Amino acid sequence: MFKATVIIKRRPTILDPQGKAVEQGAKLLGIDNVSQTRIGKYIEFYVNTDDKISADNEVKIYCEKLLSNPIMEDFEYSLEKI
Amino acid sequence: MNELKFGVVTFPGSNCDYDAYYAIKNVLGLQTEFLWHKEKDLKDSDVIILPGGFSYGDYLRTGAIAKFSPIMDSIIDFAVKGGMVIGICNGFQILLETGLLPGVMLRNESLKFVCKDIYLKIINKNTFFTSEIKKDVIKVPIKHGEGNYFADEKTLKELEENDQIIFKYCSEKGEISRKFNPNGSVMNIAGICNREKNILGLMPHPENACDPILGKTDGALIFKSLVKNLLTQIEV
Repeated sequence: MFKATVIIKRRPTILDPQGKAVEQGAKLLGIDNVSQTRIGKYIEFYVNTDDKISADNEVKIYCEKLLSNPIMEDFEYSLEKI
Repeated sequence: MNELKFGVVTFPGSNCDYDAYYAIKNVLGLQTEFLWHKEKDLKDSDVIILPGGFSYGDYLRTGAIAKFSPIMDSIIDFAVKGGMVIGICNGFQILLETGLLPGVMLRNESLKFVCKDIYLKIINKNTFFTSEIKKDVIKVPIKHGEGNYFADEKTLKELEENDQIIFKYCSEKGEISRKFNPNGSVMNIAGICNREKNILGLMPHPENACDPILGKTDGALIFKSLVKNLLTQIEV
């Protein structure tokens, strides 16, 4: 079995209003030196197979077809054998 | 015979399905049926409506999970063969996620859910959805948190070149500028079609501007235009 962790980020050219709003909060807190706040998603799950290649394949399809939208998001993932 | 039938899809989390059903059946007097998302049968519908709401709780991204509902296979098949499909609000978001229409929907620039009447300029009057609308500007409500339409430069160019931009947000007099853009959408886009012009996606809710009791009826013009064109097509 593998444990997969996926990070989904907005592509750099896509506006992130949420990140912008959160950064305004930082300014209100008196934190002045933060910039370019971008908010993404962190997702973890198990893959019930011991075959690395098929685990890799399934995670990739999951990321490409459902977890992310390639028009606006990039994803990266890692697999850890458990 | 020759009576058109509308099919309104209900996904878990749809909340404008009854509004669409009511507007088309009770106000416009057309045959209308609900289509359950787990079914595959489109019940011989001539027009499919993907209604507004928050299908599957809008988890992950708006429309991202609805695109895998069993009914969507039939709808994609229907649409690819030239069947008329209208995606309203969440329905538009679902059309984007399925890839039937290009682009994505981002959070409103203001980060606020916006619920108000807005004006739409009809950019392309050469479609079944718009050709019978005499006005240049119509008034319909919007109610969404993610209506900030975005597409890359190349896609926008294609949309323009193929006259796929159908509606843009504007002033009461038809002036198109950022000032009258309620959500930050690129080029003030409110509604687009596919290249073949049989799939329409729009953020505003025409079904909420049909019944005179609500004080506005411009939304009905879109449905009426479509019906008139479809009936003419059948007669010919």
